[in-house]
Amino acid sequence: MSWPGSRRRSLRLGISGGDLVLRSTSFLYIGLLIILPIVAIICEAFKGGLTDLWANVVSPHALFSLRLTFMTAVVMVLINVVTGTAMAWVLVRYEFPFKNVVNALIDLPFAIPTVVTGIMLVALYGPNSFLGGFLGRHGIQIIFEKPGIILALLYVSFPFGVRTIQPVLIEMDRDMEEAAKTLGAKPFTIFIRVVLPTLLPAILTGAALSFSRAMGEFGSIAIVAGNIPMRTQVASVYIYGELESYNPQGALGLSVVLLLCSFLILILLNRMQRWSRRHEADG
Amino acid sequence: MKPMDEAVSTVKRQKRWGRVLLTSVVLGWFGVLVLLPVAGIFREVIRNGLRLFFSSLGTPAAVHAFLLTIWVTVGTVIVNTLFGVVLALVLVKHRFRSKLIFEGLVDLPFAVSPVVAGFMFIILFGPNGWIGTWFEAQGIKIIYAFPGMMLATLFVTLPFVVREVIPVLREVGLEQEEAALILGASRWQSFWKVTLPAIKWGLIYGVTLTIARSIGEFGAVLVVSGSIIRRTQTATLHIHQEFTDYHYAGAFSAAIVLAFTSLIILIVMQRVVRRKGVV
Repeated sequence: MSWPGSRRRSLRLGISGGDLVLRSTSFLYIGLLIILPIVAIICEAFKGGLTDLWANVVSPHALFSLRLTFMTAVVMVLINVVTGTAMAWVLVRYEFPFKNVVNALIDLPFAIPTVVTGIMLVALYGPNSFLGGFLGRHGIQIIFEKPGIILALLYVSFPFGVRTIQPVLIEMDRDMEEAAKTLGAKPFTIFIRVVLPTLLPAILTGAALSFSRAMGEFGSIAIVAGNIPMRTQVASVYIYGELESYNPQGALGLSVVLLLCSFLILILLNRMQRWSRRHEADG
Repeated sequence: MKPMDEAVSTVKRQKRWGRVLLTSVVLGWFGVLVLLPVAGIFREVIRNGLRLFFSSLGTPAAVHAFLLTIWVTVGTVIVNTLFGVVLALVLVKHRFRSKLIFEGLVDLPFAVSPVVAGFMFIILFGPNGWIGTWFEAQGIKIIYAFPGMMLATLFVTLPFVVREVIPVLREVGLEQEEAALILGASRWQSFWKVTLPAIKWGLIYGVTLTIARSIGEFGAVLVVSGSIIRRTQTATLHIHQEFTDYHYAGAFSAAIVLAFTSLIILIVMQRVVRRKGVV
């Protein structure tokens, strides 16, 4: 954060005309593109008073979609934390053929458009497909049902879990593990008591990023979920539905809830970053 | 001695099997979750036949959609590269009190749901919106037209260039640029000849991410564009349209083109990462 030369420089030169242009351009751009839209939606939401907004949020359809979004996000995060940690561990600690290719492909879900993710899942698990047909005959429906939502969320947020843990695992000092081993600890005990505490900030960061993504995810779910109200309609799809049926008033409540959720997660991530930096300094 | 050796080798063998087991479980999960769907869509397209593939990509609606995606992407890359570099310069080299909040604001588009982002722009620039009313009076359409789609895409891709350039700028430091200034270079010269070459690979990486996201953006653009066929429909919106119209072959064909594009972008990203080193 601190820039060693800047204080000296600004003392010597003052603030020049060029600097002023750069700075006001930045403020203007951020102001127009980010601050103004957020101020607009918040003003619009609170214009009708708090009671109206609250009624908006707790209407049965909105509340159901919010609950579904939250539950599917939690299930996804729980799975993603375990698989992400395992994937990072295998990539850092073990050798296997085509490791570089696998390592590069981890980012594939970030590069693929979310709509395409949805279409791919339908192509694979949809009722008319080979695998989906087979599962359907055994009473398991994935597409247009809740498992499809969780699957889509797992797909789009897979890289978060791996990519936040991987660098910490690479940097990690193995002395402690060696010491624990010499003292006779079993591998499982070593992992729980030595490795996990070091990884914890990274794991939580990955979890927060995945959760944030899941609360707002739209494209893949819009394709995969079928969007049946009170059954498979998540919050972002509910908002879109209200906008599409020319009822922006009805979309305001959940929009503010999602926006609030984004703010909270950003603040949390910021705190966690500081915490893990202190953690590093202690180690 | 012998039983001891045997015990050690059993432990070693057990350990190796543990590794092999964990590796296969993890790779298996990755394969089923991430790679199998890619194979699934290829299978569908091959089953439908190549003729159907090309004919559904050649429809006027599809061609128009892909062209519009290219235009939106080009526009977004130009604007957000320029402003991204300016923002990064200001955030690294200037000191002001609200800097932490400013940095948080730059990250905000990552956390906001794309649908909510689109909604915000409708409130501002819609025909009855805060600013939109004025533009409407001048006969300029922003929402349900190209400018609105640009705005939405600019919003969701804003952080990429800034976030990639900032760490490189911090690492490079101010000394070289100061030296150039002292030696009599103008600020413009020192930017072109000193700063820009230093941040080159970080910038290219950020631009690549911006391209990927611009091509793939769906929610925000869907909300602000109104998804009018052959008018405001980009490639992702076209895929959605085909899917909701039960034209699965069309949706699969267009999706495979975008999937292939992402794969190319991913390969470029790998190359760039190697060039820019570990930052």
